[in-house]
Amino acid sequence: METAAINWHSFFFLLFALVACTFAVAMLLSSNIVRMAFYLVISLGAVSGLFFLAGADFVGALQLMIYVGGTVVVLIFGVMLTARAPFLRMRTGVAQWALAAIVGGCLLAVLLQAALSVDEWAPPSMVGENPPVSNTYTAAPLGLGVLGVRVDQLDEEDATLRNGMSGYLLPFEIVSIHLLVVLIGAAYLARTKRRPKEPTGDRQETVEPMISSGK
Amino acid sequence: MAEYLASYFDSQWHWVAYALVGLVQAGLLLALILTGAAVFIWMERKIAGRIQDRLGPSRVGGRFGWLQSLADGIKLIAKEDIVPAAADGLLFRIAPYISFMAAFSVFLAIPLADGWVALRMNVAVFFILAVAGLEVLGVVLAGYASGSKWSLFGAMREAAQVVSYEVPLGLCVVVPVMVVGSMDLVEIGRAQSGWFWQWLIFHDPFTFITFWVFFTCALASVNRLPFDMPEAESELVAGFMTEYSGFRWSVFFMAEYTSMFAVSCLAAILFFGGWNGPIPLATMIGLTPDNGALTEWLGNLLGMMNLIAKGFFGVTVMIWTRWSLPRLRIDQVLTTCLKYCIPLAAAMFLGAMLWLYAFPGGVVSRFVQTSPVGGTPTPVAVVDGKGGV
Amino acid sequence: MTIDLLTQPVGVSHYLVVGAVLFVSGAVAMATKRNAIGVLMGIELVLNGANLNFVAFGSSYLRGGSQGGVGLDGQLIAMFVIVLAAAEAAVALAIALNFYNNHATVDVDQGDELKG
Repeated sequence: METAAINWHSFFFLLFALVACTFAVAMLLSSNIVRMAFYLVISLGAVSGLFFLAGADFVGALQLMIYVGGTVVVLIFGVMLTARAPFLRMRTGVAQWALAAIVGGCLLAVLLQAALSVDEWAPPSMVGENPPVSNTYTAAPLGLGVLGVRVDQLDEEDATLRNGMSGYLLPFEIVSIHLLVVLIGAAYLARTKRRPKEPTGDRQETVEPMISSGK
Repeated sequence: MAEYLASYFDSQWHWVAYALVGLVQAGLLLALILTGAAVFIWMERKIAGRIQDRLGPSRVGGRFGWLQSLADGIKLIAKEDIVPAAADGLLFRIAPYISFMAAFSVFLAIPLADGWVALRMNVAVFFILAVAGLEVLGVVLAGYASGSKWSLFGAMREAAQVVSYEVPLGLCVVVPVMVVGSMDLVEIGRAQSGWFWQWLIFHDPFTFITFWVFFTCALASVNRLPFDMPEAESELVAGFMTEYSGFRWSVFFMAEYTSMFAVSCLAAILFFGGWNGPIPLATMIGLTPDNGALTEWLGNLLGMMNLIAKGFFGVTVMIWTRWSLPRLRIDQVLTTCLKYCIPLAAAMFLGAMLWLYAFPGGVVSRFVQTSPVGGTPTPVAVVDGKGGV
Repeated sequence: MTIDLLTQPVGVSHYLVVGAVLFVSGAVAMATKRNAIGVLMGIELVLNGANLNFVAFGSSYLRGGSQGGVGLDGQLIAMFVIVLAAAEAAVALAIALNFYNNHATVDVDQGDELKG
């Protein structure tokens, strides 16, 4: 008879992990592009839940906002702009599937072996009945870390490492410029190109309308 | 409550107690929202009627038609379940629930009183913005899965509109966060305790203007007139909701009213003091935590009613705006966003930041101390625990 | 073993397993999908698997409350990955739309003009 109580954190981890993995595989196996986008949404939402469970509140909310709320919407727009009925289902050949499955299986085996064999990554033991508590107030330290001030490493002895060398100010600036470049570039790449004008033939002059449209 | 209930079970069945209590708490929140939605639907029809110089519902349930929403609900549930032949079955059926789920999840992070919040996070504002942006997924899926041209057009317009307005909405929301120094909504509410001049809307002229930009962007975010294009009855039949009837349509409708209420509550907490009234009534009559647990609970109850009243007032203003203003075209909607709201919100953000710099005592001094001569800033210890840092 | 999963706290290795599954499904999707946007979705899955790994390494909760992992660096790197992935998805979609404009299809198997 088990007398251990359910660890709700583990229960929700199991739930979110199963949802994420199941819908990732469903996305892989589906051939309808809109269904694939939908399964991707659910999978990424479950990953966001996993982030929250690991104590990374800010990154979880960021994942929801940018991935689920942004990237997938962009993908669905792309799907709708390019989906015509004959192209909704494109099937890959069996040989390609088999090869991909073999390579994917080997890769999965290697990754699982690595994940489960390091002692440092094993689950922690429970201290009494209470699960460990950790600090989820990560928003301000993250923001300050991006500005170059690492307030989570206050006991670092080296003064330069504490004050700015291990901050993320340079990557932050680079990413900002990068995003600007990407925005302009993507908008330019995807612009509607003018088709050369065809001759319109005789255009009848329309009669002056009785009621002006008042534009 | 959960431990109390769990003591009645053997230890291996504790999880039943926890699950039941979780369901009860979720059910309470859901009941609050759905009752609110029903009241809003009645209020909308009454206000619409009065603005248009007629009575509105006045037969069901007495002279004021109180039970009209209930009658509507019964009618909608009893309707035939129609799924178009060209529709993608699974996506068509699931899309309204995605929208409703997104609208309802916002209430996870909104505190109804000091400390009375379902999930207290220190990224509450960010979470609300993120989840509110998920509604567009339900709409886009609904529009696509209906298999009809009108639905697709409406869905694309809606997605473009909501996603565009998320940018100025985020910029507007950052201003009170910057003034208070925390994204935790409980902290933002606590910072406005006292008289009404403590409210963030009166903090400086920039936050005052930010509120009006926020309100405009919030109207666009929930697709209310004047930003009504995606569901305009006279333009696109009913936009993405064209093929939905009966219960599914009512779920979309509830999602819309829920998000209206959520955005009004958010505006109330960010700008209008949240549960702190214009006059500190609770402290004046002694309902403070100092006097014991019961008075604290009563004071919080008063605060909760205060917040819900402010939310209701916000929704009333939204309804009033809807029936008074004409509709904007979709290109006018996007022009307003890109050419007016975003520059204005960015200017307000800059102005509020300079105001805080000129009149210090704000956020930055909590983390770094600059010496008067202007030496290098050194990090001070971060306030831990429930300080909401 | 499932009882163990439900009653014992989870560790970093559990997160790594989920990350591995997501990564591999994304990689196989990138390899087998013929629709360009399907390949893009595979890329997103791969990046999410990697993000899970980063956050798991940086989480002190999964180590029982003790430090010893990467700390906040894990979350910072995950943040940068999310932002850059969004940017890359936008550019990739623009490329896919360009491809569609030129070939009237998004089937990547049709993009073989440089072949041979």
